[in-house]
Amino acid sequence: MEFLDILLSASFWAAAIRIASPLIFATLGELICERAGVLNLGIEGIMVAGAFAGWIAVWAGLPLWGGVAVAFATGMALGFVHSVLSVPFGLSQHVVGVGLTLLATALTFYTYRVVLPEVSSPPKIQAFTAVEIPVLSKIPLIGPALFNQTPLTYAAFIMVAVVAFVLYRTPLGLAVRAVGENPGAVAAQGLSVTGIRMGAVIVGSGFMAVGGSFLTLSAFDSFFFDMVNGRGWICIALVVFGAWKPGKALLGAILFAAFDAFQIRLQQTSVGAFLPYQVFLMMPYILSILALVAMSRRAEVPAALMVPFNKGER
Amino acid sequence: MRLEPIEAPGVARRVLPPALAIVATFVVAAVLAMIAGGDPLRVFGEIVKGAVGSKFALLETLNRATPLIFTGLAVAVAFRAKLWNIGAEAQLYAGAVVTVVLGTGALTLPAPVLLPLIGVAAALAGALVLLVPAILKTRFGVDEVVTTLLFNFIFLLFVSYLLEGPLKDPMGMGWPKSPRLIDEARLPRIVEGLRLHWGFALALIAAVAVWVIQTRTTLGFEMRAVGQNAEAARFAGMPVMSVILKTALLSGGLAALAGFSEVSGLKGSLTLDLSPGYGYTGIVVAMLALLHPLGVVVAALFVAAIFVGADSMSRAVGVPTYLADIMLATALLLMVLAILLTKFRVRRD
Repeated sequence: MEFLDILLSASFWAAAIRIASPLIFATLGELICERAGVLNLGIEGIMVAGAFAGWIAVWAGLPLWGGVAVAFATGMALGFVHSVLSVPFGLSQHVVGVGLTLLATALTFYTYRVVLPEVSSPPKIQAFTAVEIPVLSKIPLIGPALFNQTPLTYAAFIMVAVVAFVLYRTPLGLAVRAVGENPGAVAAQGLSVTGIRMGAVIVGSGFMAVGGSFLTLSAFDSFFFDMVNGRGWICIALVVFGAWKPGKALLGAILFAAFDAFQIRLQQTSVGAFLPYQVFLMMPYILSILALVAMSRRAEVPAALMVPFNKGER
Repeated sequence: MRLEPIEAPGVARRVLPPALAIVATFVVAAVLAMIAGGDPLRVFGEIVKGAVGSKFALLETLNRATPLIFTGLAVAVAFRAKLWNIGAEAQLYAGAVVTVVLGTGALTLPAPVLLPLIGVAAALAGALVLLVPAILKTRFGVDEVVTTLLFNFIFLLFVSYLLEGPLKDPMGMGWPKSPRLIDEARLPRIVEGLRLHWGFALALIAAVAVWVIQTRTTLGFEMRAVGQNAEAARFAGMPVMSVILKTALLSGGLAALAGFSEVSGLKGSLTLDLSPGYGYTGIVVAMLALLHPLGVVVAALFVAAIFVGADSMSRAVGVPTYLADIMLATALLLMVLAILLTKFRVRRD
C-alpha cells in the first residue's frame, strides 16, 4: 500500500519536521501578537523581509547565526512600524497589516535589486546543515525525523517551550495575556497597555522574520521572490487552529507540514498520475480554510483581539 | 499619549495631515532613490514624463488605471461595510476565466449582445467567488481576511490548471495561455487608432453607479450603517447578514469586471500574469480614495501614473521599479494615519 509506505518512512517525517520549522517560528510570532490583542497581518511581508535579510547578511560575510539575528532585528523594526500605527494610534489592524505586508515586500525586492543589480540568478550561501544528535537519532522512525535536523529546527522546538513558559509562568507573560483579554484591568494596575502591546508585536514580528529566514538559511540556500508564497497567511490559520496556545500551535504546524509532505509524495504515486499537480499544491490553502471553519465553533479568541485601547474612554 | 476627538476640525486640521502624508511619501522615495544612486529630482521627473509626458504615455496610464478602478471600487464597497475583501485578485481571475470560456467561440452572437452577456456572467462569477468567504464569515464567524487571501492562492492555481488543461491554446506552442477571444467578444477602442478601450469608460460608469448606490439607495445606507456599527444596525432591525452578503456580491462582481475588461479590452487572451497584483493594489487605491467611489477614479489614475512612470523611469535612470510599490505602500500607511489625525488630537498624558 503506497500510502502506508509513505507514512512509515523516516524521510517523510524528517521532511514534515523540516517543512514545519518556519511555520513554527512564524506561528509563535503571530500567537504572541494576538495574545496581546493585536492581529498582525504584516506577517507575510515580514517573513519575506526576514528571508532576505538573513540571507543577504550571510552572503555579506556574517556567520549563519548572525544572519538569524539580522532577520530577527529586521522583523522587530517592521513590527515597530506596525505597533506604532496599530497600538497607540489604534488604526485598523487589517489595513495596517496588509499595508505593512505590501511595504515590507516592496522594500525587500527593491533592496534586492539595488544590492544585486547584475545577477540573473541569486547567489547561494553555505546554509545550515543537519546536526545528528547522538543516541537519540538512532531511535527508529522518530530518531531520524526529530534528531537529525538543522540547528534552526531545534531552535524552533526550543522556542515553543520558551514562549509557553514565558506566557504561562512569568509575570511578563501574564501581563501579555492580560492586555489581550482585559486591557482595562492591566491599566488599572498601573501597567502600560500600550507598552506591553507594542513590545509583544515587536518581538512577535522578530519571530516571524526568523521563520522567513529559515527558508533561506536552512531549507534552501538562496533567496527567491515568491519563496514565502502564502506561508504567513497559513500561520494565521494555524494560530486559530492551535487555539492561541503554543503547544497546540506546534502540533498544528507539524500536522499541517505532514500533510504538505504527504501531498508532495502523493504526486509521485499512481494517484498523482491522474490528478493535476495544482490540486496538490492547493491542498495546504484549502486545509487552512477548513481548519478555520472547524475551529470557529469552539473559539477561544483573546477577548480584546483587534480592540484598540485608549485610556480614559470606552 | 492619548487621542482626543476634535469637535469641529478647521480647514488646516482637515488638509494638513493628508498633505504631509503625501510629502513624507515623496521624501521616503527620494531617500531610497538616492541610496540606489539616482538623483531624486531626475527620478521624479522621469516618473512624471513616463506617466503623462506623451500621448502614448497618457493612454498607457489610462489603460493601467482601468483594472485599478474596478478593484479599487470592489475594495471600497466592501471596506465601507467592514467586509475585509483582500481577495479581489481571485475575483479578477474569475471574471477573466468566464470571459475566456464564453468569448472564444462557445457563443457566437453579435457583439452588442455578446459583450454585455459576458460582462454580466463574469461579474456573477466574481460575486460567487467572494460569496464563499462571506458565507463562512456570516455563518461560522471565520475571519474573511485570511480566507480571501488564501482563496487568491487557490484560485491562481486553479487558473494555472485551466491554462495547462481545458483552456489551453492548442496553437500556444506549449505556453500556458488561453486561445484568443473572437472579435465579437472584444471590447472595441473608444476612438479608432487610439489604444484605449471601452473598459475604461465602463470603469467610470461603474464608479458613478457605485456612488449612486451608496448615496441614493436603501442598500447603500444599510451598507454604511453595518460598517459603522453592526450591532446598532442589527438593533435597528436591519438584516445585517443579508447586507454583508449583498455587499460581497457587489464587491466580487466589480473586481471580476477588472478581469473581463483586461481580457476583452486589452489582452485578448488569458495568461497567468494577467494581473500584476491589481487586486492588492486595489486596496491602496481604495484607501487613498478614502473609500469614496468617485475618489477611486482619481486615486486609480494617480497609482497607475506612478506605476507606468516608474517603468520608464527605471529604464532611464536604473532605479528599480519597486520604488513605485514602496511609495504606494508608504502612502497607504501614512494616509490612514493622516485621516485619523484630521479627527483626533494627540495629547500627552
